[in-house]
Amino acid sequence: MHTARIKPTLESWREEARALLVRRVPPDAVLWFDASDEPSLFPAESSPPPAAVSPTPRVSAAFMELARTVAAHTDERRWGLLYRLLWRMTHGGERALLNVPTDADVRLAEQWRQAVSRAIHKMHAFVRFRLTGKDEATGREQFVAWFEPEHRIVRLAAPFFEKRFAGMDWSILTPVECAHWDGERLHFTPGVPPSAAPNEDALEDLWRTYFKSIFNPARLKVKMMQQEMPKRYWKNLPEAPLIPELIAASSVRVRTMLATEGLEVKPAPRNAYLESLPRKDHPEP
Amino acid sequence: MDLQRKLEILADAAKYDASCASSGAARKDSRGSQGVGSTGGAGICHSYAPDGRCISLLKVLLTNACLYDCHYCINRRSSNVQRARFTPEEVVQLTLDFYKRNYIEGLFLSSGIIQSADHTMELVIEVARKLREEHLFRGYIHLKTIPEASPALIERAGRYADRISINIELPTQAGLTRLAPEKNLARTQAAMGHIHGKIEERLADKRKPEAPKPPPFATGQSTQMLVGADESTDADILQRADALYTGYRLRRVYYSGFSPIPEPSKVLPIKPPPLVREHRLYQADWLLRFYDFKVGEIVTPDAPHLDLALDPKLSWALRNRAQFPADINRAPRETLLRVPGLGARNVDRILAARRHCRLRLVDLLRLRVPMKKVLPFIIAADHTPAHLDLDGDSLRQRFLPPPQQMELSLAGPPPTAADNASVLTGEL
Ligand code: SF4
Repeated sequence: MHTARIKPTLESWREEARALLVRRVPPDAVLWFDASDEPSLFPAESSPPPAAVSPTPRVSAAFMELARTVAAHTDERRWGLLYRLLWRMTHGGERALLNVPTDADVRLAEQWRQAVSRAIHKMHAFVRFRLTGKDEATGREQFVAWFEPEHRIVRLAAPFFEKRFAGMDWSILTPVECAHWDGERLHFTPGVPPSAAPNEDALEDLWRTYFKSIFNPARLKVKMMQQEMPKRYWKNLPEAPLIPELIAASSVRVRTMLATEGLEVKPAPRNAYLESLPRKDHPEP
Repeated sequence: MDLQRKLEILADAAKYDASCASSGAARKDSRGSQGVGSTGGAGICHSYAPDGRCISLLKVLLTNACLYDCHYCINRRSSNVQRARFTPEEVVQLTLDFYKRNYIEGLFLSSGIIQSADHTMELVIEVARKLREEHLFRGYIHLKTIPEASPALIERAGRYADRISINIELPTQAGLTRLAPEKNLARTQAAMGHIHGKIEERLADKRKPEAPKPPPFATGQSTQMLVGADESTDADILQRADALYTGYRLRRVYYSGFSPIPEPSKVLPIKPPPLVREHRLYQADWLLRFYDFKVGEIVTPDAPHLDLALDPKLSWALRNRAQFPADINRAPRETLLRVPGLGARNVDRILAARRHCRLRLVDLLRLRVPMKKVLPFIIAADHTPAHLDLDGDSLRQRFLPPPQQMELSLAGPPPTAADNASVLTGEL
């Protein structure tokens, strides 16, 4: 049995996988471990590489794209799965494996890819920046957000924020890794505790006012809301604490509306524009 | 009146518009500028209200004062609702402040009609102009336009907006005459035709190799139809929607179940339709746009309303049992798209996979196909439905949802989780 201890990054996996592949080590003879979990063991143990027995095989861009996303998933089996796919496509004679969406390995990789994509999408949606100040020299506003992503997606999600918020300085702090933009350069630093982030912003009251007012109590669909805005994200959303009271008050509000007497029609006021509209016998087109 | 109170009134006044899309815009972003904003992706829902609706845009009215008297609308002149009015600067600042905190994708601005259609349109355009020209805002802008506004103003609105829309409101002129006396179907459709022409013109200019860059124009238009405010049948609604899709290439028709409002009108006593009716209309809409169904297949003169208990594709399949079972290893794409429970994406996966192997039920399970729903309608390498399955009277019974508690007394059978998912993904 071969033990592969890698840092949990695609690059690290790729290097190891390439070496294993060249030595024709089959997937069920490899155990993959996250070396960052047990730093003392790294890099002491690593079996001496036997001589290469076959040239480095080439894989499709589609696979590398899939691997890039799947690598961000937190399931520890991801490295083994990726290596198994790689093996089957190169040494297993299944070159077109990725075109078989019903294959169990392909399907699992696809599901993990979707889970990671969804987590990235939710990060784009649910990061909430707070204004922390203004850079005196450049005049640029500075914003900081605290976010707890699902999966290791900070690097995959960050380019979106760069494109969208180029004109302001921002940092997104997370427990695992932080992203920063200063107008010139996107860069990353290690994770921090939540206490490093600001805990309010003067605009949040207005935002809550908006959230309350745009809600229509006559069409309660709580399950639908939770499906799209899972509770795990609520604690960092300034509007989420309002949700229980909005739900609780809705039936009374609806009953009041239903019990209200209908209002009389008010005749048109004297207005040149209204009088200019042809009012009668509109032809049906 | 302070800003908070204005926001309360003018967001409340805007919430009956169902449109929330922020997708389909031309690709643009703020890199290399001192501004903010980007569009062109799939569109993001930044929050969800407990009504299940996505919050992606700051959706407000410039003012809720209105000369018109649309009886389903809380802002009509006969309503006693408190009136408020934003200045253009206030809307601009709110949009930027919310945007920079990543609360929203952009602005959806609409307005009650004051003084005249043109006057109102000019105020609305001024907000968009300031955002784009003075603040270099590259986020999403959706402007509601007024069909009676002059064509030149509609063109200006389209220069700043990613999307423009005009609400058709009701599917027939008879309905409008009774419930929205100032509105007119022919005028609305003429304005839609004008916008459609501009969108096409811009696309054609962009395709010419050497032409100078055409002036920007919105990339899409949409509309909204009210459901359950008048006597229109689902057939009326779907026929109108189909005519709008084919005639003006609308991106979306939104269906908005008429819902009780404070300040109701005598002309329109509140009888809200079950929420699930709106939901079934969205499903039927998907069938028209992505599954090659014709309106006449979904609703018929004998049954002009959609079945509230079953999704429209399943209802169609039950009425057309002779066309089943379909062999998932052989049937063409068109046939597979009509199998209840098979969404477009899974149909494509099936087509790809069957080039490499004969598909069995376990393959469908892996694709998370709802087995109970598809089994009576398909043949797989290891499955043939019993003849009794397709013939029996019990087939419809089998699909009916179990009786359950209603969420609100005014709701019909609530959509199931699978229904909700299908609205989001378009899988039917
Ligand atoms: S035009 Fe009609 S629908 Fe629009 S705000 Fe005025 S009353 Fe309401």
